[in-house]
Amino acid sequence: MPFSLSPLPPRQFDHAAARHLLWRVGYGGTPQDIAHLVKLGLDAAVDHLMAYPPLDPAAAIPSHLDPNIIRIRTDEEKKRFKKARSEGDQATLDAARTMRIEARKVDRQMFEQLQQWWLQHMIATSRPFEERLTFFWHGHFATSQRSVGDAYLMYAQNHTMRQKGRGPFIDLLTAMIHDPAMLKYLNNDRNVVGKPNENLARELMELFTLGVGHYTEQDIKETARALTGHAVHDNDFQFRPRKHDDGDKNILGETGPFDGKTVALLLAQRPACAHFIALKLYDHFVADVGDVDNQVPDDHRPAIDAFAQILRDEQMRIGPALQRLFKSQHFYSSKIVGQKIKSPIQLVVNTVRSLSTPLRQMKHLLPALRKMGQLPFEPPSVDGWNSGRTWINTSTLLVRQNYIAYLTAGLAVTRKMKPGDVPYRPTALLAHLNNPTPQVAADALIDHALGSHVSAARRAPLHALAQTLLADGLHDEPLSHFIAALTATPEYQLC
Amino acid sequence: MCKHHHPLSCDTPAQALYAQGGFTRRRFLSHSLSLMSAAATVPAFLMHAGDALAQDTTMRLSSTPGSVDGRVLVVVQLSGGNDGLNTVVPVADDAYHHARPQLGLTTQQVLDLPGIDGIGLHPELGPLQELVQEGLAGIVQGVGYPNPNRSHFTSMDIWNSADPSGRNNHGWIGQALDPTYDPAQSGLDCISIGNAAPLATLGKHIQPVNFEHAYLFRYAGRDLAESVNDTYDAVHHAPPETAQDPLAFINRTALDAQVASQKVRQAVAGESNTPWPKSTLANQLKMVARMIRAELPTRVYYVTMGGFDTHAGQKGKHQSLMKQFGLAMQAFYNELDATGNRNRVVSLAFSEFGRRVQQNASGGTDHGCAGPCFVFGDAIQPGLIGKHPSLTQLNDGDLIHHIDFRSVYTDLLENWMKLDPIQALGQRYPSAGVFKAKA
Repeated sequence: MPFSLSPLPPRQFDHAAARHLLWRVGYGGTPQDIAHLVKLGLDAAVDHLMAYPPLDPAAAIPSHLDPNIIRIRTDEEKKRFKKARSEGDQATLDAARTMRIEARKVDRQMFEQLQQWWLQHMIATSRPFEERLTFFWHGHFATSQRSVGDAYLMYAQNHTMRQKGRGPFIDLLTAMIHDPAMLKYLNNDRNVVGKPNENLARELMELFTLGVGHYTEQDIKETARALTGHAVHDNDFQFRPRKHDDGDKNILGETGPFDGKTVALLLAQRPACAHFIALKLYDHFVADVGDVDNQVPDDHRPAIDAFAQILRDEQMRIGPALQRLFKSQHFYSSKIVGQKIKSPIQLVVNTVRSLSTPLRQMKHLLPALRKMGQLPFEPPSVDGWNSGRTWINTSTLLVRQNYIAYLTAGLAVTRKMKPGDVPYRPTALLAHLNNPTPQVAADALIDHALGSHVSAARRAPLHALAQTLLADGLHDEPLSHFIAALTATPEYQLC
Repeated sequence: MCKHHHPLSCDTPAQALYAQGGFTRRRFLSHSLSLMSAAATVPAFLMHAGDALAQDTTMRLSSTPGSVDGRVLVVVQLSGGNDGLNTVVPVADDAYHHARPQLGLTTQQVLDLPGIDGIGLHPELGPLQELVQEGLAGIVQGVGYPNPNRSHFTSMDIWNSADPSGRNNHGWIGQALDPTYDPAQSGLDCISIGNAAPLATLGKHIQPVNFEHAYLFRYAGRDLAESVNDTYDAVHHAPPETAQDPLAFINRTALDAQVASQKVRQAVAGESNTPWPKSTLANQLKMVARMIRAELPTRVYYVTMGGFDTHAGQKGKHQSLMKQFGLAMQAFYNELDATGNRNRVVSLAFSEFGRRVQQNASGGTDHGCAGPCFVFGDAIQPGLIGKHPSLTQLNDGDLIHHIDFRSVYTDLLENWMKLDPIQALGQRYPSAGVFKAKA
């Protein structure tokens, strides 16, 4: 019998299942948030997380972001600088240079604020799935400020991913082939007729749609021709007809005068594309299987194949396909729950959202995430971030544990770190319990922070700790120490 | 001998470490043995350490001085783009003085190199001059790569990954060390000091240990309460039910981290034998020297010095940078000499690019291309290596390289570390002539 992603029987959607859903599809939540999902039931809970109006007013352009900091020169400036060059007017040329350096400096500051803006939005949002999905696409169509050097374009790309992330893949793909940040990142400004630059064409096939092995070098060359003349003017895409090669191209066995739009259509329709996108979504939301097809563990293959089929059945509409995945029995099985390593951003955002810790001093977050290996808008390469075990080594694990100790217990790892002004009130996490003993409180917190699947043996040291720390009652400070210990367990790195 | 709160604890508070004074291999081994007898799941490599002691050999735990196995490479990354032209100065070239009417250094100012006419060192590089005279420092001139990129990030990534296409998520050191990866070993193959592990050190398997200060390289939650500290140890020493799942993997990594933390902090806690100047680079190299002395099994150390992006008011800034750099490198080799480790340490200092030939109107220089690298150690070819780039044949106002940086890496990997350069660089590059005869 072929593997199917058949739906979970509704009565099996209990507190543990609802928690799993919220941890994987969003960034966690409070015990009350989980209880709300249980009450809704499986279908309504998934729909509740995934259905929202297209535009999030809370994700509107951040007020600090000036689209015109990095800008092209006006005609007047061009004329003036040309004159200065021909006359050897060093003062004017130096003024132009200073202006450019100043602009980059302002852009760098804006960019840091942009990174903080996104992290803060992830923490505060009422639409956490939108952030998870947008981050998925950010890793898939990986573009880095380090090469783009224009904070506004990075935001604009984020906005596009937000708008089109749930829709038909072809819409997002087409938008990315025309996205100014992407075109700059992969040097497509320099892709012109007669002198094609293959950078975007190669990644388009290898990393964005088909995966290795489903195209030839010749296909890349021909696709590069199709993308000639795709350039950026100021903050917008610009098609330059005279730089575009409008001759026939032969791509994947099809011949025609392909351009960006038609080549996107051709690629998005290939079965290999559905399979590749299915694999990447599965790796992001379901299990750490990696994104290299021939390295996927055998026991996950049937589920990925079935999900690829669902994607095709849904005409590559991402939202509806994921909805079916998140309602499937497979998604809630014991070999999936609690087996995925949290990305650094998941780890931090989930901690604040599910344990209701204060964010403390925001300025320490970006340096900590840099040490953990994941900063928004700065993927390490066009290949995005690797998932799973690559997040954990002897250095990053200690950084992860220490940053969580800072959030939960206000523990300053360096002298510069201050706990911040907002106190942590973890007693609120136990508000639903009636006068619990230390052990009952400990179990409730273990179930919430680590998951109810944690075995009795693994709970024992934490029970002992609760008896010591909470003997005099469930007060905020000893509870925050208990939570610090709880979140330093290996289980807490997983979700 | 460790004053633990918990019998299984592997963490020694910082003060206790200082009180113990210098770290010795024997002390660590006895510590690890007592730990092993008590703990159910000790990191695999510690078990080997026990075997090693039993056989009266230390090869599993430490590199042995004097053998290829004991060789160490130290990389000093000079971030921001060092002005190579004012570091290794072509004072006899009129084009130099023409391009740098204010910033240029004169024949009277620069420091002579033995047997070299027309090229001198920045006046603050006295310590480097002495190292050259002692046969301990070499300068590889005009190092770069084709189609140079003038972005700090991109060019630094290219130097780190040894791949101008920018598609490589791994670094030259990590990839060179990858074939030596052994999950049963310490995980201390490569240590980097700084705010995040540099791309150069990331392999497919090899992951560097990274920290800003050794005292930060531990789980800080231990300080919250004795009971929290004990629970942390108890949780990690109760093995998860299966050995292969991600839980067991994380548990094992946490135990490895504790042992690595203990070793590193113990190594760094000792006193130095020689005086050190005060600077960020000197502080980092001081830690490295102590870790080398403690015979950690680390093969590559990576440190970083910033501030070389001198667009404006370069004169004073560059002076201070040169002074810090020269003094720190000299102090490093003095300390290595005093601890008997000089012959097993070769160092490379590089920057992502040099700066433009022509000074700008702000008393500084803008991003350029080729520049010099510095190599240190007993085995290297002292003095100038290769020729100075031409100041008249330029590429868009920038120096053209003679030596590909991957040739420098090739020498370091192949001649010194006895590692396969092709593994790290993807192809064979000609030697840059960094080493004397056969190193």
